Amino acid sequence: MNSRFALLFLSLAVFAGSALSWQPQATQLRVKYERFTLPNGLEVILHEDHSIPTVSVNVWYHVGSANEKPGRTGFAHLFEHIMFEGSGNVPEGKFDEWLEAAGGDNNATTSSDRTDYFENAPSNALELMLFLEADRMGHLLDSMGPSKVDGQRDVVKNERRQSYENRPYGMSSIAIDEHLYPANHPYHWPTIGSMEDLTAASYDDVVQFFKTYYVPNNASMVIAGDLNPKTTKELVTKWFADVPSGKPVLPIDVPVAYLTDQTRLVMEDKVQLPRLYLAWLSPASLTPGDAQLDVLANVLAGGKNSRLYKRLVYDMQIAQDVSAGQSSSALSSSFQIVATARAGHTLEELRKVIMEEIARLKNETPSAREVQRVINEYEASFLDRLENIGGKAAQLNAYFSLTGDPDYFNEDLSRYTSLSPDDIRAVADTYLRDNGMVILSVVPEGKKELAVQVKEGGK
Amino acid sequence: MKRPMTMSARRNVALQAVLLIVALLGFASAGSYAYQKGDTPKQPKLGPPPVLKLAPIQHFTLSNGLSVTMIEKHEVPLVQIELIVRAGSVADPSGKSGLSSVTASMMEEGAGSRNSLEFADAIDYLGASISAYSTTHSSGVILHTPLSKLDSALVLFGDVVLRPQFPAAELERDRKERLTSLAQRHDQPPAIASVLTSKVLYGDHHPYGIPSSGNEQSLRAMSVEDLRAFHQSYFRPGNGYVVISGDITSAEILPKLERLLGHWQGGAVAPPSIPKAEQVQSRQIYLADKPGAAQSEIRIGRIGAQRLTEDFFPLLVFNTILGGAFTSRLNQNLREEHGYSYGAGSYFDFRPTPGPFIAYAAVQTNVTDKALIEFMKELKGMLAPVSDEELTRAKNNLALSYPRDFQSVAEISGQLAGLAMYGLPDDFFNTYIQKVLSVTKEDVRRVASKYLDPEKVAIIIVGDRTLIEQGLAATKIAPIKVLTVDEILGPAPVLDGGK
Repeated sequence: MNSRFALLFLSLAVFAGSALSWQPQATQLRVKYERFTLPNGLEVILHEDHSIPTVSVNVWYHVGSANEKPGRTGFAHLFEHIMFEGSGNVPEGKFDEWLEAAGGDNNATTSSDRTDYFENAPSNALELMLFLEADRMGHLLDSMGPSKVDGQRDVVKNERRQSYENRPYGMSSIAIDEHLYPANHPYHWPTIGSMEDLTAASYDDVVQFFKTYYVPNNASMVIAGDLNPKTTKELVTKWFADVPSGKPVLPIDVPVAYLTDQTRLVMEDKVQLPRLYLAWLSPASLTPGDAQLDVLANVLAGGKNSRLYKRLVYDMQIAQDVSAGQSSSALSSSFQIVATARAGHTLEELRKVIMEEIARLKNETPSAREVQRVINEYEASFLDRLENIGGKAAQLNAYFSLTGDPDYFNEDLSRYTSLSPDDIRAVADTYLRDNGMVILSVVPEGKKELAVQVKEGGK
Repeated sequence: MKRPMTMSARRNVALQAVLLIVALLGFASAGSYAYQKGDTPKQPKLGPPPVLKLAPIQHFTLSNGLSVTMIEKHEVPLVQIELIVRAGSVADPSGKSGLSSVTASMMEEGAGSRNSLEFADAIDYLGASISAYSTTHSSGVILHTPLSKLDSALVLFGDVVLRPQFPAAELERDRKERLTSLAQRHDQPPAIASVLTSKVLYGDHHPYGIPSSGNEQSLRAMSVEDLRAFHQSYFRPGNGYVVISGDITSAEILPKLERLLGHWQGGAVAPPSIPKAEQVQSRQIYLADKPGAAQSEIRIGRIGAQRLTEDFFPLLVFNTILGGAFTSRLNQNLREEHGYSYGAGSYFDFRPTPGPFIAYAAVQTNVTDKALIEFMKELKGMLAPVSDEELTRAKNNLALSYPRDFQSVAEISGQLAGLAMYGLPDDFFNTYIQKVLSVTKEDVRRVASKYLDPEKVAIIIVGDRTLIEQGLAATKIAPIKVLTVDEILGPAPVLDGGK
C-alpha cells in the first residue's frame, strides 16, 4: 500500500443500540473510508458500498458566493452552470450525453461556501465520470468562449425567475440576508445573485475565477459505492495527477456579523395571506450552539406538539403554518421562524404569540420529553442519511471540508444526543435577542396594515 | 443548481427488479457510446454494465387473506411497511371531491386510544413516521421506523389503519386548513396550470378532471360520517395489500403482522367505473391571466396511455427522447439552445386508465410566443424517425439507471407497491432491461403517431395576459381562450377569522 494512503477499512457498519429505550449515544455510526492526497493537492476519499452496482462521484470546490466580488453577485452559481458546457476533450453537450448513454445522471449545487458537483452511474462508468470531472478541472478553458457564458446567463436568469421572482414569498430570503449581514459581509448577497450582476458577468470573469478557485488544491473528491479501491486509486491518479495545482486559496477573512438592533421590514407580494419572518444571526455550522439551535427549532415548530405549532395552528388557529430552522453555513448561520397568518389575522398577532413563547423558553427549561423527542428524531434521521450512496458521498465531503474528518457521523450525532433541556433554554436566551433581529412582513399588495408595524423599536 | 428537480413520471411508474439479469448482448447491440460520432480519443471506454442483485421478492398471505409482498434489505437498520387499498380520489362520490384525501389525513388525527396530539407525540418520540395518503387510485398508510422501534411503531400503525377516531373537532380544523390552502393556490402559477390542464383534458365529469383536493363546496359539506363511510368501505383486507422492505426477515415480521392485521375482516370491493376519456379533438390555447407574472407556465397536453398498455416500453423511450431527460429535445431546445427556461420536459402519467401526457416548461414572459413555437416544432419533430444515437442514449439511460431506483427501503417499498397495484409478474425485473433495449426506431415512430398529434393538443399558459396575448395570437398556432384564475380555481374561499 502506498504510504500516501491513510486508512484501509471499507464498508459501512451500523450498530443499533438497545431496543428497549433510547440511551444517549445508543446508535454508533461508522462510515469507513480511505483517504489520500495527490501531489497536486487534490484530496480524495473512497467509500465502498456494494448494495447496488452504482458509483457516485462528488467533487467539492471550496468556492461559493461568499468568494464573489461586489458587482458580480451570482457568479459562483453561474460558473457552476458553465462547468457543464464542455471542456478540452469534451465537446459542448457531450458531458450530459455521454453520461446518460451510460445510465448516469448528474447535477450540482452552489451555496455561499462551496460548489458541489456530482454524478451517479453504474459502476462500469466510473472511469467516464472521473474523466469528465478531470477534464473540466484541467481543461475547462480550452473550449470556453463568451457564447457559453451568454447561454447559461439566460438559463440562470430564468432559474432566478422560477425559484424566486415568480414564487409566492420568493423574494423574502434575499431581503432578510441583506439586513442580517452588513454590506461588507459576503452573506449579505444571495447566491442566485442580482439580475444586474448576472448581466455584467463576462468571459474574462470566467477565466479569472477558474484560475483562482478551480484548482485541485482547492477541491476534494469523494468516490462512493460499488468500487474497487485499488483500481479506483489508479484511475484517479491516471486522470487527475496531471492537473496542475494553483496558488493556495486563502480562507475568507471576515469579521463576525453581529446585530445591535431590531430591523422591521415590509414587502408587498402577489399573495393571499400575509407571512411573518423572524430572523437572528446564529453560530456557524458544527460550532457550539449550532446543534442546540437545531433542537430548539424543533421544540418550537417541529410536529404537532411543538410549542408554536400547537398554539398558533392547532389551538388558536390563527396561522396556516409555522416553521423554524437553523440554516447553517461555514462563516455564520441564521435562525428563522416563519408563520403565515390565516385570513382575518395580522402578523402582529402572530409576532406577539411567538415572542411570548420565546420568552417562556428563555425563562423555563423545556421538559425532558419534548427535548428527547427531538433528539430521537435526529438520531433516526441519521439512519436515513446512510441509505443513499450519492447522499453519503456528499455528506462525507461536507464533513471533511468542515472538520477534516469525513466520517464525522458519530460525532455529529453526539452533538444532539449529549444535549440537556437546559442547553436548549440557554441558546434561546443567548441568540434569540429582541435587540438583534430582523422582522420581515410579507403582505398582500395594498394590505400594509397587516404587517408588523415598523415604528416601534425599529430603525 | 444546474437543473430543477422536476417530477419524472418514470419514477412513479411501477417498475420492479429483484434480479436484473443483464443481457450483455443487448447492450452491445444497442451500441457502445464509445464509438459515436463526435467522441474524442481521450474518452474512456465502458466495460460491461454491472448486475443488480436484490434479495428475492417474497409473497405471503395472512390468515384473513391479506397479501404481503416483501424484499429484505439489511444494510441499514430501518423498516418500511405500507398498507395500501385500491381506492383513491376516483372513488370520491359525486359532490364529495376531496373525500379520499381528507379521510387519509384525518386517519392520523387520533387513532386507537390516543387523540391527535398524543398520537403525534408517540410516533415522533420513537423517531419513526406514519403518514396516511391518497392518490388517484389508491390510499395507504406508510410506516417508516428504525428497526429498534418497530414493535412500538407497529402498534401505532395498526391503530391508524384499523382504529382511526375521526373526531369532529379535528375535521373542523383540517377543513379550515384545506380551505385556506385552496385560497393560497391562487398565488401559485404551477398549481393553477396543473388544475387547468386536468380540467381541460378530462372535463368536470371525469374523476381525473377534478382536483383530488376537493373544492370549497365539497370541503364545506364534508362530515365525519362521510369519512367513516369511506374508511369502512375501502380500508378492508380484501381491497388492499401490504408491502415491506427493511432490515428484518420474513420469519420475524410475519407473526407480528398476523397479530396486528390477521383478524381484520372485509372482502373485496368493486373498483369504481371510470368513464372513457375523450381524446383532444382540436388545438386550443387556454390562457390563464396572472398579472405581473415573471414567467409563463406552459403545458401542452393530450390524453396519454394506461399503465398496462402494450406500448409502455416504446412510450418510455419515446418520452425520454422528447422530454424525459436532461439531453431530451425539449430541454436542449428551450434551455440550452435558446435560454428561454430553466428546464423543459415531458411525461406520461401512467394510471389504470389513460392518464395525461404533458410537455411543460416555465418560460420568461417576453419569449412566451417564441417558446411555444419551439415546443410545437419539437412535438412535430417527434413524428419523424429518431436518430440511432438518440435511440441508444435514451434506451441505455432508462435501462442502466434502473438499479438506482432500489436504494432505500422507501424506494424498494414503492417499487413493490407498483408491482402489486398493477398485478405485474415477479419477473418484471428480468424483462425490464430487455424490453427497454428491444424498443426499435419503428416502435418509437409508431407510438409517436399513435399518441402525439400536434394538431390536436390542449395548450395551457398561465402568465401575464397583457404582455403575452398579442404575441401568442400572432403565432397563429391556435385560437386563444382567456380565463381568469377565479374561473379556473373558483373564487378564493373566505374564512371567518379565528377558531
